[in-house]
Amino acid sequence: MTALLFTVIVLLGSFLAGFLGSLTGLGGGVIIIPLLTLGLGVDIHYAIGASIISVIATSTGSAAAYVKEGLTNMRIGMLLEIATTMGAILGAVIAVYLNASYVAVIFGLILIFSSAMTLRKKVDHVNQDYSSKLAKFFKLNSSYPNQGVETPYAVRNVGGGFFMMLFAGTLSGLLGIGSGALKVVAMDNIMRLPFKVSTTTSNFMMGVTAAASAIVYLHRGQIDPTIAMPVCLGVLCGATVGAKVLVNANTTKLKMVFAVVVSILAIQMIYKGLTGGFGG
Amino acid sequence: MNKVTDKDIQSIIGNLLRIGVILSMATVLIGAVIYLFGNAGKRVDYHAFDYAKVHLNSIKSIFTNLPALEGITIIQLGLLMLIFTPIARIVMAAVSFFIEKDYLYVLICVIVLLIIAMSLNGGFAH
Repeated sequence: MTALLFTVIVLLGSFLAGFLGSLTGLGGGVIIIPLLTLGLGVDIHYAIGASIISVIATSTGSAAAYVKEGLTNMRIGMLLEIATTMGAILGAVIAVYLNASYVAVIFGLILIFSSAMTLRKKVDHVNQDYSSKLAKFFKLNSSYPNQGVETPYAVRNVGGGFFMMLFAGTLSGLLGIGSGALKVVAMDNIMRLPFKVSTTTSNFMMGVTAAASAIVYLHRGQIDPTIAMPVCLGVLCGATVGAKVLVNANTTKLKMVFAVVVSILAIQMIYKGLTGGFGG
Repeated sequence: MNKVTDKDIQSIIGNLLRIGVILSMATVLIGAVIYLFGNAGKRVDYHAFDYAKVHLNSIKSIFTNLPALEGITIIQLGLLMLIFTPIARIVMAAVSFFIEKDYLYVLICVIVLLIIAMSLNGGFAH
């Protein structure tokens, strides 16, 4: 394949990945890796390096808007970034020593989990239990604008959330994805944050987490500029268009179809990984 | 009064993130055009991973190769700018917490920066 053809194919594929990733809430990274590895035969190490760059681009772009709206809880974000960045570096270092086949299998499993999570019914918790000592110490209880009304909320189980974030960060560093699904589990289900706050805060943290692992990948020669270039430009454009469309779109059916497609991709990744199709 | 500064800081951080993404992506785009003009017909093969294949694998190597103005070096510089955008955001957050006299959170920002500095060291063993 020539450099021009490769660039054009990846650019179009990444645009689609970014667009669908943003509409369904799954993120672009989880789609771009199967596209590069299964579709174009790119080694998974390069695919992960390119994907993590696109995660930084999209999350930073949307974080810019969320921060201004005052939805992001910066204190929760900063505190949990200790866990996610430590995890990210750990994951990126493990990725170097782990056989590519194992990485592919873990990736497939996380992909199935993440797509199942997008179908889950979102229950909005507005927790008013102010008993957590850690939440008080770290000043995490706050308020957010909910339909024009400033609504206060409390945070619980900070330790559990921190531990879950360590895990989310490790997977992000290992697989080159944002692991948004796991971050939302930590903040929605464990720490009981309102949905709008957990989504935007998770997005806010993603850029920093991905930057930590991207630096490790850069030093390992996993960030090939000729692959990362079309991936990040395509995903960013796709995600930007997706966010504009999202405002007036009914995504329930799209999410269903997409979850099925993504699960098929995931099973292919697992199968190829188990049968040694990723080389070594 | 305090509420106003909070809003200002949020606005500054929001703008910083946006400008960082725009500048870095513009740099990547310029590099992409130069790269494709010189290498459009070149055959590419990414089937096998090789640590030594990408020679632009550190901040130092990107800057020493920059004067040649090769497309791939400019792309890599743009990617580096992108990586540093969220990191610059932590520095901004640290400053804002300092202004608010919230020293606990200044410390937390510094811890996160130190963890990232570890990865700058080449991810432990190189």
